[in-house]
Amino acid sequence: MTPWLMAGLLFTPLAWAVLTLLVNFNRGRLISWLGILVQVVVSLGLWAAVAGDGGFHYQLGGWPAPLGIELRVDGLAVTFVLLTALVAAACGWHASIYLDPAKAWHRYFWPLFWFLWAGLNGVWLGGDLFNLYVGLELISLSAVGLVALGGESAALRAAIRYLMAALLGSLAYLLGVALIYGQFGSLSIAGVSRLLGEAGTAPGQTLPLLLMLFGLTLKTALFPMHGWLPPAHGIARSPVSALLSALVVKASFYIAARIWLDLGGYLGSYGLAQLIGGLGAIAVIWGSWRALWQAKLKQVVAYSSVAQIGYLFLLFPLTWGVAEPVSLQAQQGITLQIISHALAKAAMFLAAGNLIMSVGSNRVDALAGVSRFLPFSLFSFGLAGVSLMGLPPSGGFAAKWLLLQSSLASGQWWWLPVLLAGGLLSAAYVFRVYRASFMERAGTDRFFHPSRSLEVIPMILALLSLGLGLVAGPVLSVMVLPFGEGGGQ
Amino acid sequence: MTPSLLYAFAGVLLCSLGLFGFIRLAHLLRKLLAFNLMGSGVFLVMVGLAQRDGEPDPVPQALVLTGIVVAIAATALAVVLIRRYYHLSGQATLAGPAATQHGTAKPVVRAEDRS
Repeated sequence: MTPWLMAGLLFTPLAWAVLTLLVNFNRGRLISWLGILVQVVVSLGLWAAVAGDGGFHYQLGGWPAPLGIELRVDGLAVTFVLLTALVAAACGWHASIYLDPAKAWHRYFWPLFWFLWAGLNGVWLGGDLFNLYVGLELISLSAVGLVALGGESAALRAAIRYLMAALLGSLAYLLGVALIYGQFGSLSIAGVSRLLGEAGTAPGQTLPLLLMLFGLTLKTALFPMHGWLPPAHGIARSPVSALLSALVVKASFYIAARIWLDLGGYLGSYGLAQLIGGLGAIAVIWGSWRALWQAKLKQVVAYSSVAQIGYLFLLFPLTWGVAEPVSLQAQQGITLQIISHALAKAAMFLAAGNLIMSVGSNRVDALAGVSRFLPFSLFSFGLAGVSLMGLPPSGGFAAKWLLLQSSLASGQWWWLPVLLAGGLLSAAYVFRVYRASFMERAGTDRFFHPSRSLEVIPMILALLSLGLGLVAGPVLSVMVLPFGEGGGQ
Repeated sequence: MTPSLLYAFAGVLLCSLGLFGFIRLAHLLRKLLAFNLMGSGVFLVMVGLAQRDGEPDPVPQALVLTGIVVAIAATALAVVLIRRYYHLSGQATLAGPAATQHGTAKPVVRAEDRS
């Protein structure tokens, strides 16, 4: 059973990317619906298989490492595979209605969408540093293509800026990988970790770690390297922004986190962990503050992404040199933060896309009166905002609660004000959007009504994000599942 | 110093040159060339460092081949984007966001470029 699931998971996105390249937007839409269905079923099946029997290692095509590709299919990986399937299915469904088939270049949405999905699955399951690089590049290049899909000069500008940042980030990462291979003769993260455990560390070995972390944090848009994110996420079409904010930035963070958890204990230091955590804390405050003052609705949401990504980097100080249970608590908090932010931010971008479509302007002050006309989309926006603020019972609340507890347990009380201030500032920028949309304006309102399914999709995502806090226990129990006894081969 | 280490040092040198150009140059095509120079540097480091006892190691060679394919794909995408951006905005740099956002820059599209 599992070989078929793995084949379905990795092969269909690539096959669908090639298929949709050959046809126009409308045919691509039909083919993609089928592909999305296959992917969701396969991801659910794989998740159920791992939840039942534990994780396993899978050799692609039966070739052993280092020449073959060995995938590690553990609880955390399948959780993210399932998350990707949910969010990408929602964004694909939204895009199939939202994008205008009359614009000839929109047909490239589908191939790019599928390549992006293939890269994401590759990154979640990848176990060696070089294949993670290839997956990351696949993601970056298709994400840049998706940003450029807008077509106008500002979109291209944002896409080029994004591309330059992504290229610099991946080269820094690759140089780190080259140094690691030169030193250890191994590319597998687990292998390098084992060698470090046996041989101990030598001076100068921190450099590869620093290079890799620099590259990955640049791609994740950690403050102060976040400059490329707001223009790119703000100007892309709404389903694309949702994909980028919900999934793409998480991929590079996921690699950074895996490297840190396996190698950081040997190569990292207290100072480095605190530095990265500190930059994340500044990102939380600065991103939320900037979100409060943006004139354009999607820029508000994009800066909110900068802030929410900042929380993720608290993983670094909260897992370095602390007791095992505290570290596990921090990892669970960060995992919940990734999942709830992915769902909430996708909902928020899709709802923002509906609101912009309805009022015909991307400015926040143009929303006046929209509360009477499009209450459903505005409500989804608000529900997603509740999760971002971290109010109970949302997934964001559960995540921040776990982070709070692990900060206290590790004695790092200085992250508490960051968690509190971040929540308050998110409330402020969400309420600002609400205030604008409840204002009444003189003159005739001319609103366009988007199709009903466009409004349902963000609502589903927002409700999932809100309900995540209630089912956090089962979700987290799958995440920590160990590898089973040689299963899956 | 072994010859392979010499390759690695040459790679580091190329990489630093490329990085300098990538940060300092404003013209997008030059930036792209600088990126390619950096990429070559990284590949040299990868191949040069991994030679053990004079025996070449096949794994980094395979990695560099894959890396070159990725670099070509990235370069091709960048060239297409830069070309289109130049046609739409008349600019070859990313400087001056105000000028492009308000559409004051004059597009310079020649008939033969509209393919």
